[in-house]
Amino acid sequence: MPQLAQFRIIHGFTRLTTKHNMTEQRKAVALISGGLDSLLAAKVIQEEGIHVEGINFYTGFCVEGHTHAIRKKDQKKSKRNNALWVAEQLGIKLHIVDIVEEYKDIVFNPKHGYGANLNPCLDCKIFMVSKALEWIKKKDFDFIITGEVIGQRPMSQRKETMPVVSGESGAEDLLLRPLCAKNLPETLAEREGWVERERLYDFSGRSRKLQMALAAKFGFKDYAQPAGGCCFLTDAQYSVKLADLWRARGSKQYEMDDIMLLKVGRHLRPAPHFKVIIAREEGESNFLQGYRKQFVTIKTISHGGPLALIDGEPSEADIELAARLVARYSQGRDADLVELEVEDREGSSHALKVEPIKPHEIPQEWHI
Amino acid sequence: MSRVTLDARRLLCPMPVIRVQDKIETLTPGTILEAICTDPGVLNDIPAWCRINGHKVVESRSDRAEYTVVIEVGEAE
Repeated sequence: MPQLAQFRIIHGFTRLTTKHNMTEQRKAVALISGGLDSLLAAKVIQEEGIHVEGINFYTGFCVEGHTHAIRKKDQKKSKRNNALWVAEQLGIKLHIVDIVEEYKDIVFNPKHGYGANLNPCLDCKIFMVSKALEWIKKKDFDFIITGEVIGQRPMSQRKETMPVVSGESGAEDLLLRPLCAKNLPETLAEREGWVERERLYDFSGRSRKLQMALAAKFGFKDYAQPAGGCCFLTDAQYSVKLADLWRARGSKQYEMDDIMLLKVGRHLRPAPHFKVIIAREEGESNFLQGYRKQFVTIKTISHGGPLALIDGEPSEADIELAARLVARYSQGRDADLVELEVEDREGSSHALKVEPIKPHEIPQEWHI
Repeated sequence: MSRVTLDARRLLCPMPVIRVQDKIETLTPGTILEAICTDPGVLNDIPAWCRINGHKVVESRSDRAEYTVVIEVGEAE
């Protein structure tokens, strides 16, 4: 029996091993997305008696209930943050790390390319594991857990990409995937007897049946299963809007406000140098209100209607065209004239009366 | 008992939670942190984060479009 494993004890109890001649509780950090796989992976390792804490990375593109809940019709839906919820179910600490700035390079220049949309899934996973590695070194944890399953995702979770993630992240054998570990070479935690390889799993493929059965075994009845993952970059419509933003700016760049605004409203680009973001309902109008000092805004006066922002540097004629578009999406769409208020970034405003644009006058390509 | 205010307005979750988390790392146990936010999601998320990380929410209130969560910083482990 290896020296480090001399305190191997009964399944489900605290696992103590010796390190530097001292008895020590082994510690792992689990990447927690808020989905079922990471919940199960962390639970499996907790059952091995390892102290587990969670880490969740915020890229800015994370699909959050709150972002959806900007829309008034969605405001009655649950607003829980799934990563926090998972941590609470597991009874573990969760460390949420803001990687918005560092993540830009992954989005702009993914070494392994994009997936079906602008999703750099493989580079993303490598980056997150490398950040987790930095974290465990700083916090003196022993290894990293992910909920990866071979064959689960077409780009980042394949048999060939598993060693790419562990190798390029620098984690190597400090990275343990409890749900498919038996299909992969032994990692340090298994070799040292910190966890029992035989009690890990050999899941593979896209089916979630085995995960659902394991969830039932652990007594988890309520868990998130986001379609297409938990990232807006996997969404085709969102990716089209981001690509449009890059084209309009002449380079790949974005700020946090840009990526938030891509999630909100109806986006129309009548010309390369400006686009109009029109709220689809009251919740979005309220949200867009927060951007009044950063954009020219338009709101209807004579009729009920949405708030709209103009992104870019519009001329007077552009503003009039934008106003006609806003009128089209107001309750005055069939009126001869609709009165609107245009406010610049400094807060100066003036009224404008325009004829609502007719549907046939809006080329399909204006819709982003 | 010292009292600190954190302005997390116009941030969408989880950013207010991250700001609270990062602020608390700099505070001593017993300090009262008052987080002022505009995302109503904080009324769920900040208490959830506090529960799992050993801090106590002593008050939550909303005033029109602002949501304030008052936290007592717990003992560091």
